[in-house]
Amino acid sequence: MIATHRRRVSRPLSAALALTVASVIAAGCGNSSSSGGGGTQGPGVAGQSVPTAGLPVLKKIGKGEGQLNLIAWEGYLNPVWVKPFEQQTGCQVNAKYAGSSDEMVSLMKNGGGGQYDMVSSSGDADLRILFAGDARPVNVGLIPSWKDFFPAFQSPPFNTINGVHYGVSLQWGPNVLMYNTKDFPAAPPSWSIIYDPKYKGQVTVPDNPIQIADAALYLQKHKPSLAITDPYELTQPQFTAAVNLLAAQRPLIEKYWALASQEIFDFKNGNAIVGAGWPYQVSTLKAAHFPIGTTIPSEGATGWADTWMLAAKAPHPNCAYLWMRYVSTPKVQAQQAVNYGETPDNKLACPIMNQLQAGSCEEYHANAPSSYFDTIKLWKTPIATCDNGKPDCVPYSEWVNAWNTQVK
Amino acid sequence: MRGTPRSSEAGWRLIRGRRPVAVSTAARPGTGAGREGMWSRVTAALWRRPWARATMLLTPPLAWFVLIYLAALAVLLITAFWQINPFTTNIERVWSLTNLHTIVTSPAYRGIILRTVGMAAAVTVTDVIVAFPFAYFMARVASRRTRTALFVAILLPLWASYLAKVYSWLLIFTHHGILDWSLGKTGLGQVHLIYTNWAVYTVFCYLWLPFMITPVYAALERIPASQIEASQDLGGRTWRTTRMVLFPLALPGIVAGSIFTFSLTLGDYITPLLVGGTSANFMGNVIYSNIGIANNVPFAAAMALFPIAIMAVYLLAARALGAFEEI
Repeated sequence: MIATHRRRVSRPLSAALALTVASVIAAGCGNSSSSGGGGTQGPGVAGQSVPTAGLPVLKKIGKGEGQLNLIAWEGYLNPVWVKPFEQQTGCQVNAKYAGSSDEMVSLMKNGGGGQYDMVSSSGDADLRILFAGDARPVNVGLIPSWKDFFPAFQSPPFNTINGVHYGVSLQWGPNVLMYNTKDFPAAPPSWSIIYDPKYKGQVTVPDNPIQIADAALYLQKHKPSLAITDPYELTQPQFTAAVNLLAAQRPLIEKYWALASQEIFDFKNGNAIVGAGWPYQVSTLKAAHFPIGTTIPSEGATGWADTWMLAAKAPHPNCAYLWMRYVSTPKVQAQQAVNYGETPDNKLACPIMNQLQAGSCEEYHANAPSSYFDTIKLWKTPIATCDNGKPDCVPYSEWVNAWNTQVK
Repeated sequence: MRGTPRSSEAGWRLIRGRRPVAVSTAARPGTGAGREGMWSRVTAALWRRPWARATMLLTPPLAWFVLIYLAALAVLLITAFWQINPFTTNIERVWSLTNLHTIVTSPAYRGIILRTVGMAAAVTVTDVIVAFPFAYFMARVASRRTRTALFVAILLPLWASYLAKVYSWLLIFTHHGILDWSLGKTGLGQVHLIYTNWAVYTVFCYLWLPFMITPVYAALERIPASQIEASQDLGGRTWRTTRMVLFPLALPGIVAGSIFTFSLTLGDYITPLLVGGTSANFMGNVIYSNIGIANNVPFAAAMALFPIAIMAVYLLAARALGAFEEI
């Protein structure tokens, strides 16, 4: 009788073993026969329509639901402006910080997409989010400050398709060169410093495939023979050259940073003395009285333009609209611009910025002419169809692949 | 784990001894007469049908096992043969072997798999080397009080958060950190371990050591002193006794511990992420970045098949070495 007991108990164990063996065999078979299988690519990108374009928009902002779940870049949900919002509206802000655009796209899908209300995604993620059907049309008529935005950010191509808005633009800014002023008394004039073997083991750059565009921007100036016109639209030879430049940079890299806080840690502890980063890291380090310098070198810089996008299945739409209305106002725009070191989209923010911090409007280019706007190459999703309509460009999936297998 | 023939004998007696206990529970006073009759009928029926008892006992855990574990594994297996739309990253349910083909043919992914297995093996071997003398001292040399103190010392770190432990190593390894600072003070120069695979290796060895010491201790403690004495009586010196008597008898414990250290290293991605540098790409990191960042679940699933396969082979090898004989 005891024997039967023991046999019964051990059955699940043998079942588990059998299953693992089966899976091994299955995997083994997969491997052996896969050598004959060809690679299949997904369908093309051009000519797609937004699946959620027909969804109804909110006509009137109702009572807040009490909660608001936001995916944001680090530094975007500072208590300085989040606390007053919570007090005014009763919407409690629950923050989830993401380290890259890819992560934001991924988070918007989590749990079938019903978990988060909004995401502060950048231009390279917006199209992916809305063409995947994860964003919802927004009624900008409910956001009074929207009419005070610079025209370039009212209906930009990265968040407005065929006149339908899928969110409201937020702020924009450059990806800057950061350096320890103890090691570099003067600002380095060129991005060449992060490709210079002299600083082996002291360079840090973002762990982000879009970094290939930074290399392309550098090559645009330094290798005219490649004829790069747009760092996000690269033909195969241009792409290969940019990837090769980054692969050669790899031995110099101390750490590819994934979160802004990681880069701050590395500068503070001397693990890095020069690198690419966001104004947020600079202002945080400055606030800690760390000797950090920042510059936009002669080649120009890549940059981002962020949008608060509304999730297709946002569980708290009223709070989401209250939030969009709130963050678009000149005061909050100014607070975030000064705090983070970026450029507001609301043109009325400039005087308030100067009140908060003298000279900050000029420093962060809130009143700069459009020629400044043109020096910053804003992130956008690389797609197979180039602007000239030819299918010669390297799509983003290849960027990710090259970043993970050839650069890192 | 402790089922030597001796103690399974004891278990047998214990279960036999339970028979009257079960009956006496049925006649427990204090419950209502009707319910009591009902209760005793149910227990009696169960008593007569041991298979029914076993079924009732095992159904919940088995259902859990099948639903949560096997079903999840099956879904994983299926997903690995799907694709994502490279632009929107939506899953497309088109069957193909592209993901597995990419992993097998790409030198980068092959390198990552080899690096992970190499790291897991190195960590396992190191932990065996560290744990064996430690466990021997605890099991056969230390006084009762010392043994308790050592046990506390081993198990206490398990109470601390994993992240807190990894971050404290980050602070030890960082430039101008405790390690380089103290090496500088003693004039030995600096090593700059931060963001290297040596840092990853050190942290893994530290994190998983308790999982090796405990089973090795259990195995060593059970070896009868008479066998060691017999070896010595026959002229076996320390090294020979260790090699020919202690080690083979402790092998099941070592193999059991190595399953922990090996599989935990194989699947971890947080330690490489935090203390690892540019070449700290392990299987876990590929899976993590494909799920958490790139949203390429099919590719992550395909990658996840490799640690499963490696572990299955490892477990079969462990069984051949007799690690499960005494479970």
